[in-house]
Amino acid sequence: MMPDLPVWAAGVIALLLVIAGFFALTGSLGLLRLPDFYSRIHAPTLGNTLASFCLVVSILVAASFVEHRFVAHSLLVSFFLIITSPVTAMLLMRAAIKRQLRHELGEKDNAQTKG
Amino acid sequence: MNQVLLLAANFALGCFVLGMVLAVYRLSTGPTMADRVLALDTMYINGMLILLTLGLRFDSPLYFDIALLICIFGFVGSVAMAKFLLRGEVIEP
Repeated sequence: MMPDLPVWAAGVIALLLVIAGFFALTGSLGLLRLPDFYSRIHAPTLGNTLASFCLVVSILVAASFVEHRFVAHSLLVSFFLIITSPVTAMLLMRAAIKRQLRHELGEKDNAQTKG
Repeated sequence: MNQVLLLAANFALGCFVLGMVLAVYRLSTGPTMADRVLALDTMYINGMLILLTLGLRFDSPLYFDIALLICIFGFVGSVAMAKFLLRGEVIEP
């Protein structure tokens, strides 16, 4: 179970947890609601990166208070995510653009051979 | 004050699970292939956030290592699938 923390530390951790949940939910809702892929890719990458950062900071605060020293190993998750999330988004965007171009070219070829 | 912390952790867990459900919906009904890969990407990040929150809630150091592993391997999987969509094969000669 959770250890006993001072009141203000528990308040900060709770606030960061609520913010993280809100932003993760917003990102996933954007994935569901936005109209096409190019606008859809913005929501989860940005929202999830911010949510993971808030969560990691809350874990950092909690672990530092439990062990009575500065514990920064949870920043590794945020570090990896900040490096890898734009790479994934960029590759996916390029794949989507290339596939759409190929699709349009195929339709044009079909129209030309028919006409 | 511990009650507030518990409540906030439960709220965050509920939000992450709901986000995962929305990503599963997009995964099953995505119009294009890139949508499905994006939904899978969102899903693994949400699962990683769930593991981190569980580690905070139960005060156990084990969850953090699992979350780190999911972070790295999920990235590798997403890049492999995006590369497959881009070129038609993952490892090129």
